[in-house]
Amino acid sequence: MVALTYHAPESLEEAVQLLSTARQPVKVLSGGTDLIIQMQGLIQDERLVVDVKKIPGMRAADWTEDHLILGPSMSCAQFTKRQDIQTVFPGLVEAAYLIGSTQVQGRASIGGNLCNASPAADTIPALMVNRAVCLIQGLNGTRRVNVEDFLIGVGKQCLASDELLVGIELPKPTARTMDAYLRFIPRTEMDIAVAGAAVSVTLDDDGVCTDARVAIGAVSPTAILVPSAAEALIGTRLDDDALLAAAAASSQAANPISDRRGTVEFRRHVVGVLTKRAAKIAADRVGEV
Amino acid sequence: MKSHISTTINGDPVEFLCDPSQTLLNVLRNDLGMTGTKEGCGSGDCGACSVLFDGELVCACLVLGVEAQGAEIETVEGVATHDQLHVIQEKFLEHAALQCGICTPGLIVSTKALLEENPSPTEEEARYFLAGNLCRCTGYDKIIKAVMDAAATMRQGA
Ligand SMILES: Cc1cc2nc3c(=O)[nH]c(=O)nc-3n(C[C@H](O)[C@H](O)[C@H](O)COP(=O)(O)OP(=O)(O)OC[C@H]3O[C@@H](n4cnc5c(N)ncnc54)[C@H](O)[C@@H]3O)c2cc1C
Ligand code: FES
Ligand code: FES
Repeated sequence: MVALTYHAPESLEEAVQLLSTARQPVKVLSGGTDLIIQMQGLIQDERLVVDVKKIPGMRAADWTEDHLILGPSMSCAQFTKRQDIQTVFPGLVEAAYLIGSTQVQGRASIGGNLCNASPAADTIPALMVNRAVCLIQGLNGTRRVNVEDFLIGVGKQCLASDELLVGIELPKPTARTMDAYLRFIPRTEMDIAVAGAAVSVTLDDDGVCTDARVAIGAVSPTAILVPSAAEALIGTRLDDDALLAAAAASSQAANPISDRRGTVEFRRHVVGVLTKRAAKIAADRVGEV
Repeated sequence: MKSHISTTINGDPVEFLCDPSQTLLNVLRNDLGMTGTKEGCGSGDCGACSVLFDGELVCACLVLGVEAQGAEIETVEGVATHDQLHVIQEKFLEHAALQCGICTPGLIVSTKALLEENPSPTEEEARYFLAGNLCRCTGYDKIIKAVMDAAATMRQGA
């Protein structure tokens, strides 16, 4: 591995100070399930590793009146065990539950999944449909960036070198709103998405969809929101025609690559199917509460 | 520069010096001589290096040794008590749930974590929980039989 210098600051101020004064390239460490593997490939290089897990709040998840404030470094194992979160964001929880294995979830975090910015990252579409906002702290203060604006390319997000993701703010959904996430993999577990889709729907008492969000993953350089798919759902009872229209919109919005895990045509098709099925699951969840 | 780390392994206080680029797996095996924890892949895929870290099942190959500062770690060496094997270990032997044995320590640690969290898993739940523990030899059936039998025996308070 690379030559590492390791710090585990216990305050945000100290962390940001370390980031901005480092002489060598800096890497922020949450669970390390991406980072440690990436660093194993580098030889004769230097890195300053700033482990942010000891900073208060980074591994917590607390409700305010209107939001869930998620510490970006909380392990998926802790996150998926939280019944209070499962009830409100079942789709985000199922996305976190798909990451790797029990062991990987013991360390992997949603903030790490987001900052690593893989096109196939499972939690990102689910964060998008839930209107997540990234809370960012740098040397010159804080800023807020919507998750769909946070990602700028394959493996790239908009953090400056002195900035940290310090929280993920999730607005409490309005009444009768539920989400769902589905991905396609060739195996039943321990694999990376070939395509993924998250959907959030709000239904009125008559079952008419009054609001919706659709996001797709692994079919473009970053996960993306698909407003046209959401529009296909809004105003309908999520009947077959509406679901097919949403599926077509997702397939249309996809801009996938071909590789040995799936062709362009296959990914385009499957992301539509996943959109349709996730919309149905989200709607059924509204019916269940 | 090496860091001085104080940690707890299987209930005992342990101190070691390590380079920040060493993984916990590397420290356990090469510096502490605790070779029960195995290395299969070094990339989080096989689970041969499974240990408990502050109560959470993790891959020791994806944890830095320096992160062990102040942590509580449990390895396969802590599963048996003195010369008495744990029920899970006995059941693995009884059901011949191992051949080469490289996956076994990781599976024992993971099974223990599974049964502490869920004492009566269905076979499907057990298979999902243990999906991160790969075995190249057994074909898994004997492992699952051992796990289910261990669960039943432990429920009876053995
Ligand atoms: C065997 C295996 C299977 C996997 N399966 C999946 C899968 O099915 N789906 C999936 O989406 N991913 C998967 N992954 C990838 C990985 O586990 C996830 O992306 C995980 O969520 C990363 O979280 P982490 O806390 O480990 O991040 P880390 O590795 O700690 O960090 C990831 C990146 O984010 C940066 N970072 C972390 N925290 C912050 C912060 N607070 N501020 C700024 N930057 C930060 C780091 O510098 C690094 O660049 C898998 C990995 C392994 C090893
Ligand atoms: S050696 Fe750690 S998971 Fe394979
Ligand atoms: S017994 Fe050989 S890998 Fe499982």
